[in-house]
Amino acid sequence: MRLELRGITKRFGDLVANDDISVTFEPGQIHALLGENGAGKSTLMNVLYGLLTPDAGEIYVDGEPVVFGDPAGAIEAGIGMVHQHFMLVPVFSVAENVELGAESVGAFGFLKAQSAADAVRRVSSEYGLEVDPNAIVEDLPVGIQQRVEIIKALTREAECLILDEPTAVLTPQETDELLTIIRGLRDAGKTIVMITHKLREVREAADVITVIRRGRVVAESVSPQTSQSQLAALMVGRDVSLVVDKPEAAVGDEVLSVSELSVYDVTGRALVDSVSFQVRAGEVLCIAGVQGNGQSELVEALVGLHERSSGAVSLGEVRIDGASTKRILDMGVGYVPEDREHDGLVGSFPLAHNMVLDSINEQPWSRFGLIDYAKINKHGADLIEQFDVRARSADVLAATLSGGNKQKVVLAREMSRSLRVLIASQPTRGLDVGSIEFVHRQIIEARQSGVAVIVVSTELDEVYALADRIAVMYAGTIAGIVDPGISRDDLGLLMAGAVAS
Amino acid sequence: MSDEFPPDPSTGLSGSKTTDTLHPPDELAGSLTEALRRRVLTMNLAVTLLAVVLALAIGAVLIAVSSPSVIEAAGYFFARPMDTFSAIWNSVASAYSALFQGALLDVDELREGNIADAFYPISETLTVSAPLILAGLAVAIPFRAGLFNIGAQGQMAFAAIGGGLVGFGLSLPAGLHLVASLLMAMIFGAFWAGIVGFLKAKTGAHEVITTIMLNYIALFFLGWVLNQDWFQREGRNDPISPILNETATFPLLFGGGLRIHLGILVALGAVIVVWWMLTKTITGFRIQTVGANSAAARTAGMNVGRVWIIAMLWAGAMAGLAVSMNVNGTDKVVTAGIVGNIGFDAITVALLGRGSPFGVLGAGLLIGGLRAGGLAMQASTGTPIDIVLVLQALIVLFIAAPALVRSVFRLRGKTAESLTIAKGWGS
Repeated sequence: MRLELRGITKRFGDLVANDDISVTFEPGQIHALLGENGAGKSTLMNVLYGLLTPDAGEIYVDGEPVVFGDPAGAIEAGIGMVHQHFMLVPVFSVAENVELGAESVGAFGFLKAQSAADAVRRVSSEYGLEVDPNAIVEDLPVGIQQRVEIIKALTREAECLILDEPTAVLTPQETDELLTIIRGLRDAGKTIVMITHKLREVREAADVITVIRRGRVVAESVSPQTSQSQLAALMVGRDVSLVVDKPEAAVGDEVLSVSELSVYDVTGRALVDSVSFQVRAGEVLCIAGVQGNGQSELVEALVGLHERSSGAVSLGEVRIDGASTKRILDMGVGYVPEDREHDGLVGSFPLAHNMVLDSINEQPWSRFGLIDYAKINKHGADLIEQFDVRARSADVLAATLSGGNKQKVVLAREMSRSLRVLIASQPTRGLDVGSIEFVHRQIIEARQSGVAVIVVSTELDEVYALADRIAVMYAGTIAGIVDPGISRDDLGLLMAGAVAS
Repeated sequence: MSDEFPPDPSTGLSGSKTTDTLHPPDELAGSLTEALRRRVLTMNLAVTLLAVVLALAIGAVLIAVSSPSVIEAAGYFFARPMDTFSAIWNSVASAYSALFQGALLDVDELREGNIADAFYPISETLTVSAPLILAGLAVAIPFRAGLFNIGAQGQMAFAAIGGGLVGFGLSLPAGLHLVASLLMAMIFGAFWAGIVGFLKAKTGAHEVITTIMLNYIALFFLGWVLNQDWFQREGRNDPISPILNETATFPLLFGGGLRIHLGILVALGAVIVVWWMLTKTITGFRIQTVGANSAAARTAGMNVGRVWIIAMLWAGAMAGLAVSMNVNGTDKVVTAGIVGNIGFDAITVALLGRGSPFGVLGAGLLIGGLRAGGLAMQASTGTPIDIVLVLQALIVLFIAAPALVRSVFRLRGKTAESLTIAKGWGS
């Protein structure tokens, strides 16, 4: 299917999310749509999938103009979408999920269970997508769940498959498998559109690349042979350094010591299972692993945000397990939470107030319970300058900032206190290349000033860029603590549960 | 793996939060009240005012169709249509004019030079408004901390016991006695509301449910107390307390048949104190942080449970002052009906006032004015006072559905779509 977008424009108020975008997706090609978060990729795909109506421009399928009023129309026309967050019902079987919304019904409205299972088997054998139609979705690994999404689209006769950030939740091995599947689909003549901001995968898989920046196409028909730094420059609009300039570590004394720390959920199941490690002053310990292997809970337990945990955590000589979050923060622990929108900022507060969220009771921000807003505003303005937050002033509400600037606000707040430990969870998730560069520099700066740094990351590039040591988490345990010299393949194996040799 | 799944459509929350602050049975009530609360706090003034205008317009229709003269004129509408229109105009104009005169100033009495009678309406409005404003604060403060206090009614009932006991049971010098009675009412109210905050902080019990239950307990407890020897007026079999000592009552401001008393100034002072607390103190900062984003507050090391308790203590103290307007002001006695419906009207006041202290002041005066004016309207034009309740209900309805108001007046609102996209845009 040849899918053509001509002059697509979509505005939200004063904001032009898509500005006269024209692009053609050819059958038998993997077309990567590359751009930073907020560049307008998702808006464009939502227009294509009938979720948004464009203000101007047309869509052509095989040369015929079409208008999609809703996703049903797009599906009808042969467009399938695999969302970043899977749209599956966890307690249903694969076959049930696949037929959801297109159930084949027999006499008296009874479901014909067998036909769905057959459809799944047919599609899996045709495209080499192995999956058991009777397996329950929640029991399947994420990579297989994604496969179910793809099968779902294929059983609806999709000729064009749109994949939105398909590798965000996959291990390196799963990513490789996905790319193989996508190549197979391409060879079968499907039109594949891959939305991503990951340069490595684009170069590996795509046949042709279109780069979008600030709602406009800035480069079309880019060859995948283009170097990573050239692609990054196109994406950001200026030269960026992909390598973090990291001086030799000057490692000092042990600052944070974790011994046999376990964290449990409400039912008593261990989410973190007897984990032990130490972090020393002036080093970066990266906790690598696929999302959902206990990293988030581990970090929450370290800063006293998790109620059910056992084991010992010491900051210097002082035990901090069981201490309140306030006390832990006051002892010099900086915390950049994983979900900065939800846990890191108060969206309806001005930036200046967000900058003192965890130190409002300290002088000079307040005295005898009374707040000195003049000092807080001055402090906010200073930090905005210092951390290059792109905002008109410190009075701007936090919710109006872009992801990168929000993260700068959180970092500015944490790093403006005097720290002994900095814990940053997924510090660059969803950030644009420029902001990633900035955040990485700040983290290395903290390390140089003798802070013990823990970075939790699922991105291997980030782990390699920052780590002095890598602790790999798998299923709530530390599968191994390794040197950053380890190969990508070996690290991938550890993340998938292999035991370190 | 379950935390990899898309947002739960029933609550709109993503399933990835590990801290379980919401407890299952309360989730539905929690998400509904939370949605309303956020809506009210972010509503703009124009929508609030237009909600009032729209309610008055619909009220006018109701006055017209229920007016006998309009019904009569409509009987021969096709013969003389203008009669119907003039009847409509006359009935609506006279009802609303009576309503406004009854709330503010009696123009006829002023012409005749009866100053006290002329100002009787505004005196009534202020007298009726004082407890509404204070009870409105009792709802508005928890609102800012993310709590929906449906329990002002019960907090007032419980506070009436404390305030009344000191008021009629002790002999103290004038002034000091009043202060002691008010303080005791505030302590009783704060205790009753504090239970709610404590249960929420320690067990996660949803405040909407606990406040409603505590309302029942407080009201029946008050009923029981009123039948005990140590509380019931000697020689009476009905539930009524002794009359408060003169020393424990609010002095009248002007006298001469005007009921307005010192309590209205106490209410005004409370508005200023609450405003100061919310905007200038750490306590206020914490209350607002917890209300705006409790997860961020917790992550920043704030003790969210303690903030909830503090907000409820403030609320209960305000509810205590609210009932004192009746106990120490207008009624000078404690009865089973001392609270009236003020604790629930307070919710209207807090919503209309958009949770801000000065908004509550304005809303309390408006509702108080409607109440006082409604009585005058019923007396002079025969329009039933129930129309005032209808107006009040319509105002709440329009505030709960701002999209409706916007579409009627063709205001441009922020849509969810443009907001989410704007978030991810440009650095």
